[in-house]
Amino acid sequence: MANRGFDTAKLPGFTPTAIFVFVALYLPIFMLVFYSFNAGKAVGIWEGFSLQWYGKAWANDHVKDATLRSIVIASVAAVVSTIVATMAALGTTRRKEFKGQTFIYMMINQPLMVPEIVTAVALLIFFAWIKVATGYQGLGYLIVAHSAFCIPFAYLPIRARLEGMDLTLETAATDLYGSPWQVFRYLTFPLLLPGIIAGMMLAFVTSLDDVVITLFVKSAGQDTLPTYMLGQIRRSISTEIYAISTVLLGLTVALLTAFFLLTRKKE
Amino acid sequence: MSAAETAQDAAATRNGWWLSAPALFILAFAAVGPLLIVLVYSFLTPGEYGNVEWIFSLNAWRSILLTEDIFEPGKFTLADAHLTIFWRSVKLSTLTTLITFAVGFPTAWFIATRSPRSRTMWLFLITIPFWTNLLIRTFAISEVIRNEGLLNTLLLKAGIISAPINMIYTDFAVFIGMTYVYLPLMVLPLFAAIDRFDMKLLEASYDLYASRWQTLRRVILPIVRPGIVAGSILVFVPSLGAYVTPRVLGGGKKMMIGNFIELQFGQGRNWPLGASLSILLLIVVSAALVLYVRVSGRENRHG
Amino acid sequence: MSQAIAVEARNAVKAFGQGDAVVRALDDVSVEIRQGEFFTLLGPSGCGKTTLLRLIAGFEMPTSGTILLEGADITYLPPNKRPVNTVFQSYALFPHLTVAENVGFGLQMQGRPQAEVKETAARMLALVKLEQMANRKTSQLSGGQQQRVALARALAPKPKVLLLDEPLSALDLKLRKEMQIELKRLQTETGITFIFVTHDQEEALTMSDRIGVMSAGKLQQVGPPKDIYTRPVNRFVASFIGDTNFLQATVEADGLRLSSGELIEAPAGLAQGRKVTAIVRPEQVRLVNSAELGAVTATVQNMVYFGTDTHCYMTLADGTEVMARLQTTATGDADLTQGQNVALRFAPGSVQVLED
Repeated sequence: MANRGFDTAKLPGFTPTAIFVFVALYLPIFMLVFYSFNAGKAVGIWEGFSLQWYGKAWANDHVKDATLRSIVIASVAAVVSTIVATMAALGTTRRKEFKGQTFIYMMINQPLMVPEIVTAVALLIFFAWIKVATGYQGLGYLIVAHSAFCIPFAYLPIRARLEGMDLTLETAATDLYGSPWQVFRYLTFPLLLPGIIAGMMLAFVTSLDDVVITLFVKSAGQDTLPTYMLGQIRRSISTEIYAISTVLLGLTVALLTAFFLLTRKKE
Repeated sequence: MSAAETAQDAAATRNGWWLSAPALFILAFAAVGPLLIVLVYSFLTPGEYGNVEWIFSLNAWRSILLTEDIFEPGKFTLADAHLTIFWRSVKLSTLTTLITFAVGFPTAWFIATRSPRSRTMWLFLITIPFWTNLLIRTFAISEVIRNEGLLNTLLLKAGIISAPINMIYTDFAVFIGMTYVYLPLMVLPLFAAIDRFDMKLLEASYDLYASRWQTLRRVILPIVRPGIVAGSILVFVPSLGAYVTPRVLGGGKKMMIGNFIELQFGQGRNWPLGASLSILLLIVVSAALVLYVRVSGRENRHG
Repeated sequence: MSQAIAVEARNAVKAFGQGDAVVRALDDVSVEIRQGEFFTLLGPSGCGKTTLLRLIAGFEMPTSGTILLEGADITYLPPNKRPVNTVFQSYALFPHLTVAENVGFGLQMQGRPQAEVKETAARMLALVKLEQMANRKTSQLSGGQQQRVALARALAPKPKVLLLDEPLSALDLKLRKEMQIELKRLQTETGITFIFVTHDQEEALTMSDRIGVMSAGKLQQVGPPKDIYTRPVNRFVASFIGDTNFLQATVEADGLRLSSGELIEAPAGLAQGRKVTAIVRPEQVRLVNSAELGAVTATVQNMVYFGTDTHCYMTLADGTEVMARLQTTATGDADLTQGQNVALRFAPGSVQVLED
C-alpha cells in the first residue's frame, strides 16, 4: 500500500464486478464449447472426449441444408448490402452537407432502430402479397430482407474509413491529371478497401445470426441454421446443437479477429 | 455565393442522392415501406383463417386494452391477459436495463482505465459476445439454468441440493437471459463515454476534498451521462421487442410483447391485433429514441 | 513573512518501474518551504519537479521518505484529506458545472452550508475579476479566463498550500506576463503559501521569493532568485538559468590564469594550483581599450542584434567561446566586424567559480 499511492481511477468494487462480468459472459459459452466434445449426452457429466456430435451434425441432412442456405443468403446479402452501402457512404461523406442527407442517414440506420419483430411482421404481410401475386416462393425474399437489414452494418465501418481519409490526397490526384474515375479506381478504392471488407464481414455475420426476420419471411422448408436450431431447442435438447454452435462461434471469432486487424489504427 | 458555387453544390446534392439511391431503394422495399402496410392492417378486420378482411375497424386498437364480453356485446372489461404481458415486458426490460447498467458501468470503467495495450484486448473480449449469435448465447444460458442443466447438475452432484431448482420458464430466467445477451450493448457506449472522460478531473475532484462516492456521483456520472442514456436505450429497445430470449427461456408461457405479436400471426389468427401491437411497440421505441436525441443534443450544444 | 515551515520533504524518493527499468523520478530530495512564501520548483521536463508537487498534493506516494505539512506527517494521507489544493496545467475544470459551481465545488464537498459556498464562490470570482461569468459554462470561457477559474477554485477552500503545476504554459506570451503579475498579487493578498512548478526560468525569477532548481530527480540549489542567478552552485544551474560563459582556469597567487593565458581577478578563498571552472554572465563582459590592465584579447565571430542589446560572440586565444551582451546606446556602438580583434574584461566581482 505504502508505495502504491492513491489511485484516482479506482472505484470501490468496480474491478471485482468487471471480472465477474467477464467470467459470467464467457462461462456459458465455454461450457457450450467444452461439452460439444463430450462423449456423453448430458451437460455437467464429462464422459470423455469425442467428436461424435460433430459427426452426427455433419450427417444430418437438415443441418447440411440449413448451413448451405445460411451461407448462400449471407454471402449474397453481404455482397449486395456492401455494394449499395459503399455507394451510399461515398454519397454522404466528405462533402458539404446537403438537403436530405439527414433523411438518408435515418433511412440507412432504420434497421438498427425499429424492433426486429416489427420489421418481421411487416415483411410477412408484404411478402405474402407478392407471393400470392407472383407465385414465386424462392430464396429471393430472404435475400432481399437480409440485404436490407445488413446495410447499416456495412455502411458504418465504410463511412468511418472514408471520414478518416485525407481529402487532400484526392485533390492531389486530380491535380496530377486523374479523371474522377481514375481517382476512384487508383486512389479512393484501394484506400477504402479495408473498410469495405470490414463492412462486408459485419454484414455477413449479421445475416448469419438473424433469427426473427428469417422466421417470419421464410417459406416452408427454407430453414436457415439459426431457425433450424430454434426449432430443435423447442423439441428436446440435442448435443448436436452444441457442435453447431461451436462451429458458428469459431466462425464469428475468426471473422471478428480479421475485422479487428483490418480496422486497427496504425501506430 | 457565386453561380458556379451554387451549381457545384447542386451537383454534389445530386451525386449524393444518386449514389444513395440503390441502398434507399432496398430499404424502402424491404424495411421501411412495409411498415406502412402494418399501419393499414391495424385498422382492418381479422380473417377467419388468418390474414385480414378489407373492412375498416378500430377493434384491433381497442382490443389492446379492452376485451368485449362474449355474452354481452358492447360490454368491455380490461384485457387482463394483455396487461400482464405488457407489464412483464416493461418490468423485465426496465430491470434488464438497470442491472446491465449496474454491472456494465464498472465493466466499462475497468476497460477504460486499463493501459492502452490491454484495453484493446478487454474491448475485444466484450465485442465477441456482442457479435456472437444471440440464439447461441440464449441457448448457452438455458443450458446453464435448466433443470438438467449445468448449474443444477453440479449442485446435485455436490450434494448441495437434493432436487433441481426450477429456474427455466420463469420471469427470472427471461430476465437473466436478457441481461446476459444485452450486456455488451450497455458496456460499449459506456466505454465510449468514459474513454472521452478527462481523467485529470478525478485528480481535481479528490484535490477538492471529494470522497470516492462523491467523485462518482458528482463528477463521473454527470459527465458520462450521454453514454448512460445511449446504453440504456440500446438495451431497453431490443429488450422491449425481444422475441428469441423470452421464447427460449420463457418457454411460451412467460410471453413478452414480441411473442404475443407472433402469436397473433400464428395460432391467434388476429393479424390486425398483431399489427396494432407492432405499431404500438414502434411508437414506444421511437419515443425512447426521440428522448435520446433530445438529451444528447442538449449535451452537444454545451460540448 | 513568518519563518514557520509550511511544507517539508525529507529524503523523498520516488521510483517508477520495476527491475532494471527503475527510474528514480525523485532521488533523495529534502526541502523546506516556508509559510507564506512564493516558492518555485524550476527545471527542465522530466527533472522530477512535477513528481514532487504530486507527492505534496497526494496523487503519488513516495517510495521512501516523508512529506510534512506544518509539521504533521501527511505522506500517506489521500489527496481529499489534505488541506492542499492544486491548479492543474490543463485546468481540469468540470465541464458539467458552471463557473460558480466549479469554484464552490471544494467547499461543497467539505459539506459547508449552501449560503457559505455561494458567498465564498462569489468572493473568489471577484478576486479573479470574473464576477460576470459566474453562470457561464466553463467551455464558453477563453484560456485566460479558465485559468482564473482554476485559481479561484483552488483558493476557495482556503488551502494551507496552493500547488500550481505549470499553470501558465498554455497561455500566449502577453497573457502569461499579465498572469504572472496577477498570481503574485493573489499570493500577496491571500497570504497563502504558493508552490509553483515551471520550466520557464524567467517566470521563476520574476515571481518567486525562493527558487528550487531541479535536475535529474535531485534538488540542485535552493535560494532567492538573485542568489540563484548570481551565485549558481554548479554547471547545471549556471547554464539552465540565463546565459553563461564557462572559462577553464587555474588558481594562482594573484588571480585566475585562464586557459587562454590571461590573468583575471579571482574570488577570495581559493586554494592555489586548483583547476576550476569559472563563470561570468554575458552582461558582465565589457569591451575595453586593449591597453587596459587585465584585458583579455578576443576575436569577434558574430554579432546578433536584439534591439535593446546586441550579442557579440567571440573566441579567446585558445578558442574558448565568450559571449558579451552589449547594451545598445543612443549613438550606437562602434561597429564590430567579424574577425576583428578586441579586448574585453569582466566587471569587478562578477567572476564566480563553480563548486564542482
